Amino acid sequence: MTAVADRYLADFKTFSSNGAGSAPSWLKEIRERAMARFVELGFPTTKQEEWRFTSVAPIAGTAFTLAHGPRSPLPASAEVERVALGAGPRVVFVDGRYVAQLSTATNVLAGVRAGSLAGVIGAGPIGDLVREHLARHARWEESAFAALNTAFVADGAFVHVAAGVSLDRPLEVVYLSTGHVGLEGPVVSHPRTLIVVDRGAQAAVVETYAALAGGVYWTNAVTEAVVGEGARLELFRVQREGPESFQVATTHSRQERDSYLALHVVAVGAALARHDVSTVLDGAGAELILNGLYLLSGAQHADHHTVIDHAQPHCASHEFFNGVLAERAHGVFTGRIIVRPGAQRTDSKQTNNNLLLSTEARADSQPQLEIYADDVKCTHGSTVGPIDQNQLYYLRSRGLSPEAARSILTYGFGAEILDRMRHPDVRARLDRLVRERLGGG
Amino acid sequence: MTGRGKRETLKDSAGKVLLEVQNLHATVEGREILRGVDLTVRAGEVHAIMGPNGSGKSTLAQVLAGHPAYVVTAGHVLYVTAGHVLYEGKDLLAMAPEERAREGVFLAFQYPVAIRGITNAYFLRAAVNAIRKYRGVEELGPVEFMDALEEKLKVIGWDSSYLSRPVNEGFSGGEKKRNEILQLAVLDPKLAILDETDSGLDIDAVKTVAQTVDKLRRPDNATVLVTHYNRILTHIEPDVVHVLAGGRIVKSGGKELALELEEKGYDWLREEATVA
Repeated sequence: MTAVADRYLADFKTFSSNGAGSAPSWLKEIRERAMARFVELGFPTTKQEEWRFTSVAPIAGTAFTLAHGPRSPLPASAEVERVALGAGPRVVFVDGRYVAQLSTATNVLAGVRAGSLAGVIGAGPIGDLVREHLARHARWEESAFAALNTAFVADGAFVHVAAGVSLDRPLEVVYLSTGHVGLEGPVVSHPRTLIVVDRGAQAAVVETYAALAGGVYWTNAVTEAVVGEGARLELFRVQREGPESFQVATTHSRQERDSYLALHVVAVGAALARHDVSTVLDGAGAELILNGLYLLSGAQHADHHTVIDHAQPHCASHEFFNGVLAERAHGVFTGRIIVRPGAQRTDSKQTNNNLLLSTEARADSQPQLEIYADDVKCTHGSTVGPIDQNQLYYLRSRGLSPEAARSILTYGFGAEILDRMRHPDVRARLDRLVRERLGGG
Repeated sequence: MTGRGKRETLKDSAGKVLLEVQNLHATVEGREILRGVDLTVRAGEVHAIMGPNGSGKSTLAQVLAGHPAYVVTAGHVLYVTAGHVLYEGKDLLAMAPEERAREGVFLAFQYPVAIRGITNAYFLRAAVNAIRKYRGVEELGPVEFMDALEEKLKVIGWDSSYLSRPVNEGFSGGEKKRNEILQLAVLDPKLAILDETDSGLDIDAVKTVAQTVDKLRRPDNATVLVTHYNRILTHIEPDVVHVLAGGRIVKSGGKELALELEEKGYDWLREEATVA
C-alpha cells in the first residue's frame, strides 16, 4: 500500500469514528467497501488508457484534509447570488456541508423534495428511497475517485420529484468552496448529489460548483441522476471552481423507458479538472442530449470523459461538446458510445469541435464507438483547429473588423451549445458567463 | 421603369464613374487567373459579366471584395467613394475587406459560409452596426433592428424564423443564396457584386433575386452580376454585358450580347480572341 492510500485510510478511520458513526448500517457498509476499493485502485496514472492525457499527480501529491463545512462568518447571500445561475429555489453547501441559512428550497411544491442528503439518510420512506439509489448507479467499483467520494459520503444534495409532478422553476444546488486553508493544509470535499425524478415527472436542476476565493482545494464530486419512465429532466452542471483548485467529478445517469434527459455541462474553472459522464439508456424510447462546453485559458486543463451506454432499443443520444482553448490550455474529450446487442434502432450522434486560440493551446479528441447491434445509426465527428479563414473573411467582407469577427466566431462555439438549453433564465445567465470568459463577443 | 424619374433628379451622381478596373492581373496559388481586366462601372448601371467556367469571373469578384488568397500582380482598381470624382478615387486594392464593405462594396458569395452558433439576426445586426459606426451613424439596438428588417424579409419571401437560425448552417443551396440577397437588401451597398447568385436556383428564386436587385437600383449605386446564364438577365435589364474569357474581357455590348451568347455559346468568342 502506498503512503497516499495510507493517508486517506487514516482520514477514513477518523471520519468513521466521528460524526459519520451515526450512519445506518447499510451506508457504513458501502463506505467501508468503497474505501477498500479506493485502496486497491489507488490514484490513476497516465499509463492507464483512460487517463493518458490527464495526470492527477498534483492531486495525489497534495496532503488534503477533509473539509468540515463553513467557518463563521458564513458567506453573505449576495455572494451566493453572484455565482448562482437560476432565480429559483436553492440548496446551498459551503465547503461540503449544507447551510440552511443560505438555502431557500424548503416547501418548493407538493411532491418535490430538495435539501440535504445528510438530513434524509435513514429518515423513513425517504431514507428508503435514498438507500434504493445512493451508490447504486455510480460505478465506484471502477473509479478510484468515485470510490473515495463514496467512502466519505456525508453530505450533499438530495432532489426528489414525485411521479407526475411538474416543476417549472429550476432547482439549484450550489456547492461553494471558500478556499480557506486550515492549519493542516488545503481541504478536500466530497459532495454527493442524488436526483430522482419519478415516472412522468418533469424538472430542471442546476448544479453549480463555485469558489468564493482563490487558493488550493480539491472538490471530488459524484452525482447520480435517475430519470423514471416518461420523465423529463434538464440537468445543468456548471463548474466554475477557483483558478488554483482541482475538480474531479463523475456524473452518472440512468434513464428508464421513454424518458428524456438533457445534460448540459459547462466547465470554465479549476486548474485541473476531470469529469466522467456515464449515462445509461436503460429503457426503450429514451432520449439523451449530452451537451457540453469547456472554455479554458492560462494553463488550465480539463478532461471530459463521456460514456453513453445504449442498453435498450429505440433510444436516441445526441452528444455535442465544444471547446475553446486559449493560451496554454489543454482540453481533452473522449466520447465512448456503446450500443449493446439488441439495442436496435439506436440513433446516436456525437460531435466534438475544438477551437484553438493560440499555437500553444492543445486539444485531444477521441471518439470510441463500440457497436454490437446491426440496425443502428451512429455518426461522429471531431475537429481541432484555429479560427477558420473563410469564416473570418466572410465576416470581414460584411464590414466587421478582424477582432470583431474573431470574437463573434469564438462566441459562436459557446452559443451553439447554449442554444440547446431550454430553460431561458439559466441559459441567459450562462450566456453572460460565456461572454465574460471570452471577453466580449 | 420606375427609376427613371429619380435618375433625372439625381443627375449629380448618375453617370459618374464608380469603379475603374485597369489592366488587372491576379493569381491564386501561383496560377495566373486574371490577365489584364479592364472594366468601367458608372453609377446607376447594371453590368453583367458572363463567360465560360474557369474564365476568371469568380476571381474578379473575389479580388474586388478583398479575398486574401488572391494576389494582384499588376493593375489598378479605383473606387470612387461618396463625394469624390474618379481622379480622387480610392485605391480599392489597398483597402482591407472590411474597409471596402464599410465604403459600400458588397459581394454576394457564390458559396456562402456557414457560421455555427451565430444567428442570422445577430450577424446581420453586427454587420449593419459595423458599417453605421464607421459612417458615424448611431448603432441600432436589437428591437429597432428587427423592425427595420421586417420589410426586407418580405422582399425575399422569408418569415422571421430564418433570423433565429445560425448563419447558413443547415441551409439549402437556395436558402444560402436568398440569405446573401437579404444581406444585400439590409446593407444597401453602393457597389453590389453578385457572384453567380442565380446558379442553382429555381425560376421563382431567380425572379426574387432579380426583383430585389431591381428594387435597390438607384442612380447613385451600381450592380455587377457575375453569371453563367442568360436567365436572370431576362428579369434585370443590364446596361452593359461583358464576356470574360481567359482572364480578360474579350467583348462588351448591350443586352443583345447576352442573347447572342445564349444562342451561340462561348466557343466563337474564344476563336475571335485567339484570332485577335
